[in-house]
Formats: sequence, C-alpha cells, structure tokens
Amino acid sequence: MRRIISVLMENEPGALSRVVGLFSQRGYNIETLTVAPTEDATLSRLTLTTIGDDHKIEQITKHLNRLVDVVKLVDLTEGAHIERELMMVKVKASGAQRAEVKRCVDIFRGQIIDVTATVYTIQITGASDKLDAFLQAVGEAAILEVVRSGVSGIGRGEKVLSL
Amino acid sequence: MAEANCCICFLQEETEVEKLSGGDMLIRALADEGVECIFGYPGGAALHIYDAVFRQKKVKHILVRHEQAATHAADGYARSTGKTGVVLVTSGPGATNAITGIATAYMDSIPMVVISGQVVSERIGEDAFQETDMVGISRPIVKHSFLVKEQSKIPEIVKKAFHIASTGRPGPVVIDIPKDITNPVDKFDYEYPDKVKIRSYTPAGKGHSGQIKKAVQLLLSARRPMIYSGGGVIQGNASEYLTKLAKILNFPVTNTLMGLGAYPGSDRQFLGMLGMHGTVESNTAMHHADVILAVGARFDDRVTNTPGKFCPSAKIIHIDIDPASISKTVAADIPIVGAVDSVLSEMLELVKASDERPDTKALADWWTQIEAWRDRYSIQKNPNYSNEGMIKPQEVLRALYHVTRGDAFITSDVGQHQMFSAQYYLFDKPRRWINSGGLGTMGFGLPAAMGVQLAHRDAMVACVTGEGSIQMCIQELSTCTQYHLPIKIICVNNQALGMVKQWQDMQYDSRYSESLYEDSLPDFIKLVESYGHVGMKVTKREELIPRLEECFAMKDRCVFMDIYVDPSEHVYPMQVAPNGSMRDMWLSKTERT
Repeated sequence: MRRIISVLMENEPGALSRVVGLFSQRGYNIETLTVAPTEDATLSRLTLTTIGDDHKIEQITKHLNRLVDVVKLVDLTEGAHIERELMMVKVKASGAQRAEVKRCVDIFRGQIIDVTATVYTIQITGASDKLDAFLQAVGEAAILEVVRSGVSGIGRGEKVLSL
Repeated sequence: MAEANCCICFLQEETEVEKLSGGDMLIRALADEGVECIFGYPGGAALHIYDAVFRQKKVKHILVRHEQAATHAADGYARSTGKTGVVLVTSGPGATNAITGIATAYMDSIPMVVISGQVVSERIGEDAFQETDMVGISRPIVKHSFLVKEQSKIPEIVKKAFHIASTGRPGPVVIDIPKDITNPVDKFDYEYPDKVKIRSYTPAGKGHSGQIKKAVQLLLSARRPMIYSGGGVIQGNASEYLTKLAKILNFPVTNTLMGLGAYPGSDRQFLGMLGMHGTVESNTAMHHADVILAVGARFDDRVTNTPGKFCPSAKIIHIDIDPASISKTVAADIPIVGAVDSVLSEMLELVKASDERPDTKALADWWTQIEAWRDRYSIQKNPNYSNEGMIKPQEVLRALYHVTRGDAFITSDVGQHQMFSAQYYLFDKPRRWINSGGLGTMGFGLPAAMGVQLAHRDAMVACVTGEGSIQMCIQELSTCTQYHLPIKIICVNNQALGMVKQWQDMQYDSRYSESLYEDSLPDFIKLVESYGHVGMKVTKREELIPRLEECFAMKDRCVFMDIYVDPSEHVYPMQVAPNGSMRDMWLSKTERT
C-alpha cells in the first residue's frame, strides 16, 4: 500500500542523507521525496511516499524515529489528509493541437505559464493521480518534458505536526 | 587600596573563561568527560590534536599498530567496563581503517566515540591528500555523526557525542574534525557543559506500566516458561534483576551469544546458549515453551533459525530499549519499550508483591522434561568429542575454564573457537565474555583483549583465537610489548579456516575452496618471541593443562599458546538449515535430534 510519511527534522547538513541512506540501507524504496525548511528555520519538513505492508511501514517509521536528526514524524495515510503535487509540463502546441491542449488544461484547472509559437508550458497541482490523468489526456506524443515536485501532504483538521 | 585591587583580581579570575585552541579543547573535553584512555594512531590531519595529547597528562593515549585495532581495543575497553570507548585517528586511510571496528561496535550496540581528523575545511570536496568523506562512509554504521565546522562548538559536540553513544541503545558516534578547526593559533572560550539537551533524541526510560502488569500476569500463568536474554541485559546493567526474577519464579534461562554472563553460566537454571550452536536443551525448551520472556535480545537469524517455525506455541513478551528491535522478525504479544533494568526491577517488585505463583505442578513437570533433555543432550554432561588422537578444540576450552577457574575475561575472535568458547566456558558474571557477535569480525580478539587488560590491569585476560583470526590483527603483538599487556593468547590451531571448512564439509562435499594455507603458517613461537613475548607450542593432550597453568602463572608476560588441535572437528550441536525449527539440530556429523 502507498503511504505518505511526513517527517519533521533538524535543518542540518547531512540530515537528508541519513534519511535517504536509511531507505537504501534497509532495502525500502522511496517513490517520491520533497524537502524544504519550515517557518522555523532550524527545522525541515520532509515528505516521502513509499510502498509497503503494515509491518514494513512500522519498521520504516521506527527506524526513521531512531535517527537523531528526526524530531517527529507521522504517517499521513493513517488519517484524513490532503496531498498535493505540483507538475510542470511542456507540450507541443501548434495548429489544431493548440486549442485542444488549452481545453484540457482548463478541464484539469491548470495554468499555461509560458508560451511560444509551438510550445505551451503548463502548471498543474493536485493529487498524484490527477496529474497522471492529465498526462494521459494530453497524450504521450505531445509531451516534451515533465517535472514533478513529488508529494507534499498535511493532515486534515486540527491535528498538526510541529514541535 | 591593595586590598581592593586584590579583590578585583579575584573577581576577574572567577568570571574569566579559559581560552583554548580547538585541539586543546577537544582533549580537555575528553578529560572533563572522564575519559582516562584513548586508542589511536596519528597522521597529518590529526597532528594538532596529537600535539594537544602530548601537552597534557589526564588522558592517556594508547598507540596501536593499525586503526582497526584502535576501534576494537576501545570496544573491548567499553564492553568490559560499561564506559564509552574512545578512538582517535587521522583522515583518509586512518578513517577507513577504523570502519570495520565501528561496524563491529554498531552491530553489538557498544558505546564508542570515534574522532577522525579531516583535511582543512576549504579543501573538503577537492579530493585533497588523505581526504575521505568519513561522515558519509560511516553513516550506515554509526548511531550519529558530527562534522565540526566551528571551534566554539567542540565542547558541546563532544558532550552530545558521549550522551548519544552511551544512552538508549548504545552505539558508535563519529566526530570528524577538519585540521584548521584544531589549529593551535586560534583560541576560543572553553567551557564544558554539564549536560546537553537534544530535542530530537529522547532515549526510552521506564516501560509502560500497563504492559508490565500484563507481562507479569502472563509470566505467572505460564506452564512452560523460558527466559531468553541477550546483550541488552549486559549493556543495560540488568543482570542482577534478571537473575533475581529468574530465581524467584524458578524459570529456566537461556542466553544469546551476546548475552552470556547475564545469568550465571554455572547455575542449575541456566540451560546454555540458544541458537545455531546453542545447546539442544535450550533450543528444544524454547521450541516447546508456552511463554517466552525475551529481554534485550533481537531475535537474530542465528537464534531463530526459520522465523516461521520459531516457537510455535509461545506467547512472547519482548522488552527492549529500541522500539525498532521489537516485532522486527518475530511478532511480540506483549511489547515493552524501556530500559531493561527499570522494566525488570518493576516486574520483580510486582512478582514479589503478588500472591500468585505459576502452577507448581506444571512447572515441576516442565523442569522434569528439561532435565530429561539435559541428561540426554547436555554437552557439559556428555562431552560430544572423543579423547583420542589429537587434542580436540573443545578440550582446550574445558582446560582453559578449569585452569582459570572460570574467572578470566575471555575475548574471542570469530570461527569455531568462538563457538567452542561460548559452549564450554561458563561465564558467571556479565562483561567477562567479549566477542564480535553481530558483525563476526575476525581480528577482533587480540586488540579487544588489549582494551580489556588496560581497563583491568590485574585481571586475567585471555584471547581465544585461531591461527586464521589472529593473523588479521597480529601486528598488535607490538602494542602488547609497548604497554606491557600480559594477555594470554590461546590459539586453537586447527591449521585451517575451521568454520569455513566445516560448512564446506557439510554443504560442499568437502571441497575446501581457499580454506587451507598449504603449509604457509608462520612459526608463531619465533614470531611472538621476536616481539619479546613467551611462546609455547602444545601438541600432546597430557601437556595441555600443565602448560596452561604455566602460562597463567606468568602474570606479567604476554604468552602465546599455539595449541595444535584436530582439524577435522566440527562445532556441534548445530541447527539444521534451511527450513529447520529451533529444535532441529545436528548432534554430530551423522546424528540429528
């Protein structure tokens, strides 16, 4: 099962490599990974998605917790949560294609953020499956380049992951 | 006026903070941490630190002959005392040579602080001379690591390193220090902190009292109980509580390889080691147990055999300070995260306060059954080797136990001699059996013995080794000379890489691929004599005990006993693998349980 693990950790050199190293060292896989400092500059928020059964995920969270740089973590998929991913796509847009691509962008509530005579650069945010669906709708033949940020997530309601 | 001046001077002295260079700060911080002895080897990037070592008297430095030995010696020091072992090496090859010893300490959860020199800060990343990314290389085998970027942070980092290394589940911590950080010119305020707080690090303390109550209830309702304890009981200084709890309940006890000595090895309730080369009675009792109290043990694959067949009818209580060890390979029915000494003492109090006791009849039947297994299988009662032909390796360990009256510190290398030691030397006290259980590092024994002997100057320290393992760190004979370490090296010489050869006998139709030396062994007697030690060669059975007695009578000499043993001997019992359960064991080359 796909899980989103969100980690609050010390914003220090080497902290990220410890987290990433743990995954390769123990044979766990990372599907996506995003990391950036929080409002408190001494802390970073890292979100990763991984696939595993309950036993594996329990081991992953225990081992992450064992890292001295990790302050707190939560498996967002255990409760109600919101996940978002940002994607930028360059697609061929000339002739009749141009209008078709524009319509598709509107349907997926994306924005065209850069334009040339033959190319649209599109930005779309949403859950990962929405981004997958957009790519499918546009069609592989039209796609020139895809950049995805990886999943970020936050719990719904009053629950917060903070110090 | 004069009086007033004097007063000002006094005030100034009180408030003035001492100024020290980075190198001096580092060594002073070690002294303030209570470190008496460090093990190391100098080199370019560490020279400022070495100069600081030279200019003080509080911290004694032991010069080894290879950085791997520095880590093993610090490890032996730590295992035998419970203090944190300290290592000092230079950058590049100094650091990489230390890696094997750091991994050894990591696998067995040994508190250790390793200080490595690094190239100057501005050269980092430029492939400078003797540069290696020590923090990167050591990352998977340390509990934590630091790269020092500012001199002023040294005292705090040292304090943090010792705190992290020695608390919770202990482990090695690396402090990598670029050379410019230790330069003697720039001086900074030095103040050693009393304590540190690390917001992201809170080791487990007391266990959950509800879980502890449930565990005690389960223990009191057990009909076929077993206590299975590991290295955590030794590291956590909980032997006394474990022993009392076992005694008050009259439960049988088994120890892992790392846990030997946590419960007195010569006690009636002790069934011997468990696992691959454990006793049949321990493994069989585990297999049939209905309640298992696992303490400070991690259900290693060398213990459980096939995890799916492990102890089919047992409810498992698992106490460990590291939550990641619980339900890792075998699911626990009652997990208790906490310091084992605290949890065991709480359990003991609850048992004492309770009127309930386990069913006497059931427990008596259980003991009758265990005694029957013991009568039939015990290697102490029925030695599983013959007294004919060449000396058998098992005889050497029996003789060693006899001659030292079971009261020596025994370090071991890795292989058949290690297993024979674990089987035949009965450890009555914790911290007496020093071996590389997790990583299985050949070459560990001699340097570890140096660390033990330096911590216990008057104690009997023996290193049980083989002619294979000893050659992996044999250069340390020179360190033994320099520091007058009267270690007794008991070389169980079977003229082959015995454990490899045993597996080749069992699984590869005796094709001895690279496990024989083709008459290339050195004359160990001449070799050790050249270092100024005493060498003795033993080939005859009747010489064994007298020569061992002679060896241990030389209290101030390092003695190397080269004891020729039967090369065809295998270690038994041995669990049947793959797909065996705990109790499926080979008793000899031809018989099974």
